[in-house]
Amino acid sequence: MPRATPVLGPAAVDVTLDVNGHARAIHIRPQRTLLDALREDLGLMGAKKVCDEGTCGACTVLVDGRPVYACMTLAVATAGRAVETVEGLAHDGGLHPVQEAFIAHDAFQCGFCTPGQIMSVVALLRARPDVTADDVKRAVTGNLCRCGAYPNIVAAALAAAKRKK
Amino acid sequence: MKPFAYVRAGSVAEAARLLGKGSAALAGGTDLIGLMKGGLAAPARLVDLTGIDGLRGWTRERGAGLRIGALTPLVELEESEGLARHLPIVREALADAATLQLRVMGTLGGNLLQRNRCWYFRDQAVPCWLKGGTRCFAVDGENAHHAIVGTDGGCNRVSPSDLAPALIAHDARVSLASARAARTIPLAELFTDPALHRREEHTIRPGEIVTQVVIPDSALQRRGTYVKAMDRKAWSFALVSVAAAARVRDGKLRDTRIVLGGVAPVPWRVEAAEREVDGQPYSDAVAARAADVLLADAHPLKDNGYKIPLAKELVRRALARLAAA
Ligand SMILES: Cc1cc2nc3c(=O)[nH]c(=O)nc-3n(C[C@H](O)[C@H](O)[C@H](O)COP(=O)(O)OP(=O)(O)OC[C@H]3O[C@@H](n4cnc5c(N)ncnc54)[C@H](O)[C@@H]3O)c2cc1C
Ligand code: FES
Ligand code: FES
Repeated sequence: MPRATPVLGPAAVDVTLDVNGHARAIHIRPQRTLLDALREDLGLMGAKKVCDEGTCGACTVLVDGRPVYACMTLAVATAGRAVETVEGLAHDGGLHPVQEAFIAHDAFQCGFCTPGQIMSVVALLRARPDVTADDVKRAVTGNLCRCGAYPNIVAAALAAAKRKK
Repeated sequence: MKPFAYVRAGSVAEAARLLGKGSAALAGGTDLIGLMKGGLAAPARLVDLTGIDGLRGWTRERGAGLRIGALTPLVELEESEGLARHLPIVREALADAATLQLRVMGTLGGNLLQRNRCWYFRDQAVPCWLKGGTRCFAVDGENAHHAIVGTDGGCNRVSPSDLAPALIAHDARVSLASARAARTIPLAELFTDPALHRREEHTIRPGEIVTQVVIPDSALQRRGTYVKAMDRKAWSFALVSVAAAARVRDGKLRDTRIVLGGVAPVPWRVEAAEREVDGQPYSDAVAARAADVLLADAHPLKDNGYKIPLAKELVRRALARLAAA
């Protein structure tokens, strides 16, 4: 007989998330979204909450290396999977090449969409270092920028790709 | 969102057992979580299907057709070179569906079972007919995105899925399993016939799980194509979409299927329209006759009359593309 799977909640339960390579234990109700868990339980404010309904991309984080909307993801459902946020990109005090390229190319104005844009570009360049402007545009289609920084976002992504090669 | 219990099912049998009254199946959550946040769904328990082995990926076996697991993420269907060789229409249909993030999260089964996007339906405060009210507020409201055909009174929603028309154009069948029984039905029958005047979009029964979609061998002989019109270039549901598939030889289409999205409460197919095309040398006039038959019963509302010429032109483009291939 296989063991019956435990039913979690509706009261708060202990969940361990793998965030930026660290095991993080939190106590949450199952309806907690990954976005609220990151921001409110773990104090990681990089992923932004704008629409909270899957229509803007400001909350984009990586789960097992692929971009998702954290606002439409249940935190409990990501237990055992690798979550990456913009806070995990910098290493040894140095920014990630995509972050540096965003600064060098002025790829943001208000900056609200930026963490999401960066995570989408990071996932793209990891999967495929050889990218065209069209690839970049497709990769950030799910990240709205109200300031219209797109041309510079594309330029930054292409520059980061070149540096990686 | 209202509080709920969460359980990750390990097998179809376990999921079926856990899906009792008041429960809902959770796949990518891209539609369900939105409905729950909007107060349109309040399940007491979510049964997460994403951990079930064997419902992910696709296989092709001669005699058994092409089988696609219901929990396969859309992005895997889009990126698979092998699938693109057997069934290129899937990649075409997904190219402009939602966004990469939503295709990473969303699954085949969830895409077929997603609820409609009518803004009156999606507004918790509006007691529309589909939610048990007395009338459809789109009839004399804002109706630019609504149905032009096949509404039969009750509700003027449109079928939003990009995959449904594409798969129906290849005679897809869908398998469902519950704790008691399993059944396989034509995918077209997963969508509730509006003429029945039921306040539901799908014919899936409580406690059932969609396990797979099967394309029969015969339908893999057809070439298919998908065209979609949106009100902007990306991240938008179809205003109108057309899935067309046929066996093509010497410029003639045979065994043709034409299925429209975005025009009716269900993926819209009229077999008589396909007979206008079958066996004929392709011409724009033939395509126009097929489109006329498809839309013969169209009754546009105040703001959606544009969908008629748009649908006709997309039918022409889709058939012309098939004939030229
Ligand atoms: C902003 C936005 C834009 C979008 N644009 C498009 C678009 O252009 N084209 C398009 O086609 N779609 C579009 N979508 C819809 C999206 O593709 C669907 O939400 C997604 O495919 C649903 O899949 P899911 O796995 O996330 O389903 P879920 O949200 O997990 O589930 C949806 C429904 O299906 C049920 N369910 C899921 N899987 C099963 C199963 N195996 N058995 C039984 N029941 C099941 C759930 O209980 C629920 O009722 C868009 C969505 C958003 C939010
Ligand atoms: S906050 Fe998640 S998509 Fe807008
Ligand atoms: S920089 Fe302001 S929204 Fe993109």
